[in-house]
Amino acid sequence: MNVALFTTCLVDALFPDAGRATVRLLERLGQPVEFPLEQTCCGQMHTNSGYFEVDLVRRHVNVFSEYDAVVVPSASCVASIRHQHPMIARDAGDEALAARAEAVAGRTYELSQFLVDVLGTEHVGAYFPHRVAYHPTCHSVRLLGVGDRPQRLLRGVRGLELMELERADECCGFGGTFAVKNVDVSAAMLADKMDAVIDSGAEILCAGDRSCLMHIGGGLRRIRAGVETLHLAEILASTERAA
Amino acid sequence: MSPGPVPGGETIWVDDPPFPRNAARAVADSQLRRNIRGATSTIRERRGRIVGEVPDWQELRSAGAAIKDEVLRGLDGYLEQFEGAAVARGAQVHWARDAEEANALIASLVAATGEREVIKVKSLTTEELGLDAALGRRGIEAYETDLAELIVQLGHDRPSHVLVPAIHKNRAEIREIFLREMPDAPADLSDDPQQLAEAARRHLRRKFLDARVAISGANFAIAETGSLLVAESEGNGRMCLTLPRTLISVVGIEKLLPTFRDLEVFLQLLPRSSTGERMNPYNSLWTGVTPGDGPQEVHIVLLDNGRTNVLADELGRQALRCIRCSACLNVCPVYERTGGHAYGATYPGPIGAVLTPQLVGVEHASTLPFASSLCGYCYEVCPVKIDIPSLLVKLRRDAVRAVRHRAQDALFGAAAFSMRGRRRWTRAVRLAPVMRLLRRGGPPPVAQWTAVRDLPEPPQESFRDWWVREHDGARG
Repeated sequence: MNVALFTTCLVDALFPDAGRATVRLLERLGQPVEFPLEQTCCGQMHTNSGYFEVDLVRRHVNVFSEYDAVVVPSASCVASIRHQHPMIARDAGDEALAARAEAVAGRTYELSQFLVDVLGTEHVGAYFPHRVAYHPTCHSVRLLGVGDRPQRLLRGVRGLELMELERADECCGFGGTFAVKNVDVSAAMLADKMDAVIDSGAEILCAGDRSCLMHIGGGLRRIRAGVETLHLAEILASTERAA
Repeated sequence: MSPGPVPGGETIWVDDPPFPRNAARAVADSQLRRNIRGATSTIRERRGRIVGEVPDWQELRSAGAAIKDEVLRGLDGYLEQFEGAAVARGAQVHWARDAEEANALIASLVAATGEREVIKVKSLTTEELGLDAALGRRGIEAYETDLAELIVQLGHDRPSHVLVPAIHKNRAEIREIFLREMPDAPADLSDDPQQLAEAARRHLRRKFLDARVAISGANFAIAETGSLLVAESEGNGRMCLTLPRTLISVVGIEKLLPTFRDLEVFLQLLPRSSTGERMNPYNSLWTGVTPGDGPQEVHIVLLDNGRTNVLADELGRQALRCIRCSACLNVCPVYERTGGHAYGATYPGPIGAVLTPQLVGVEHASTLPFASSLCGYCYEVCPVKIDIPSLLVKLRRDAVRAVRHRAQDALFGAAAFSMRGRRRWTRAVRLAPVMRLLRRGGPPPVAQWTAVRDLPEPPQESFRDWWVREHDGARG
């Protein structure tokens, strides 16, 4: 199986550790990935801000069309690829592109979906002796329907104690440019999420989207909460050797 | 906040001030946040429980969406069918293009009876028209009889929720309003909910017995039979609909259902989604005039007021499926923190954010489509499957085209440019360390980010540079 990694623009530019962890994890599981260097961004930030960039959709589709599967360490970007790429292509009047976008979307998997559904594993052989709370990001639950796959994967990690997060399914207030366009509401949502994280007693907050974690983590650092954020891939890639 | 000159009704003042500024003020009001959070979490919990009882809930949602889509596809035919059936049973059917026309028509219908007072129930649609104020200017006094609407009216306030218009007030505040504004309120009134309800009941009972004209809305209009249905909890609606001699019902044209039998779907969807009840305590259903029983003069005003604009948009028209249950408000994390007033229009919350810009024109409500984190909870609970997040995104596209923001356009233009080529993008991501200079803030949007959060520590090298070093040996 010829599998490509789409790191997402955010991980590529700001959080390479999440991308490297994804590569390490998949190699350990016997599934090497390729990183097509022509990839850039799925365009979600533009789309959700009202700028429909059909060129970015076309670029993404061209780069990833030849692969059997595309794995992405972000539920939000997969949701955009699945739901918004065909819509933007149609909006631009390009039916052929829409069809190709749908085909690529059908072979594109969020990391936890890829591990559980494609590789068929819930035990990835990870070791991470810490108290971890998991934040189910909105797009992973409501747009992709990943269900409890990430939690199942985390429960399979040796040494990891999965802490209960109150009102876990409530949005953290990131929402892309929402975080700056409606900063007061975003901050109020963030404050409630941080309260829940701190009350959970976790040392680490984990999620499948680095974007939401950038927001929650930035807030936690601002108040010196002492809780770190890690992408799901970073925890699943950890082993005794690395720890 | 003063009403702005916006088409679609004199009470709409959207975008002036814009949503983020209204929201900032609301968020700072801790009493308001407590009131709304308390109320919405209660309704949310109850809705979840009651919806969970129905094994075929998803099929019901699909049926609801399909029936409404059928109505919208054949709306012209269904409207004429409704008119024919209602007229055949003795109702008088009127058509109103916009708020001005509707208000003038309703005022003239009231004036023709010689009365100077009307009682009202199910007032959401007439709120959209600014009807109470319009009647007041013509010397006609309107009294709201829904308990929450009464609280809002006595408090010289505005509704902040589709179903619970006074959701932003707690019982202590309601007591104060009653003591101040209700002439027959007992002097020793406490804030005990039963006492408050009793005071309102005594106050309203007099109105019910005196009134000769009532103005109502409707939840559903049945094309097949010409019937209207009002679902409510208090029984005050039943009083309004049965006691006066003249009944004027203002009905948005999207309220139609093809057949009587379709109620079997909607009378399950509505109460479970709205109040979290299996059935509404009062379902009042009437068809034209019944000689010797109830109102002997029945008027129905079919209202457009921007709805045909919404209908014309292929994606946007699904907003007209809305049955005003308010489930989307009660689960919305934004609404929970801002309340309804921040949305600056009759319809608040997620449905308001997609309906208002379509009703009044996105150029008049350009900040509303952005009043969402796109968390998707609204779509999940909507009983008629309105894809609110997708509609919001589409309206954002319309908004940035209708109202240009040069700096923002430039920023997104530059980002898209850098993402259209491998070399450009490779160079762009190497700029990440610049973020260190912005740690203490910078121009917008950095300032808004750093107001409450730290920027991430930029990495030593980008993912792609690492990959090239590890795997290809050559520089990208």
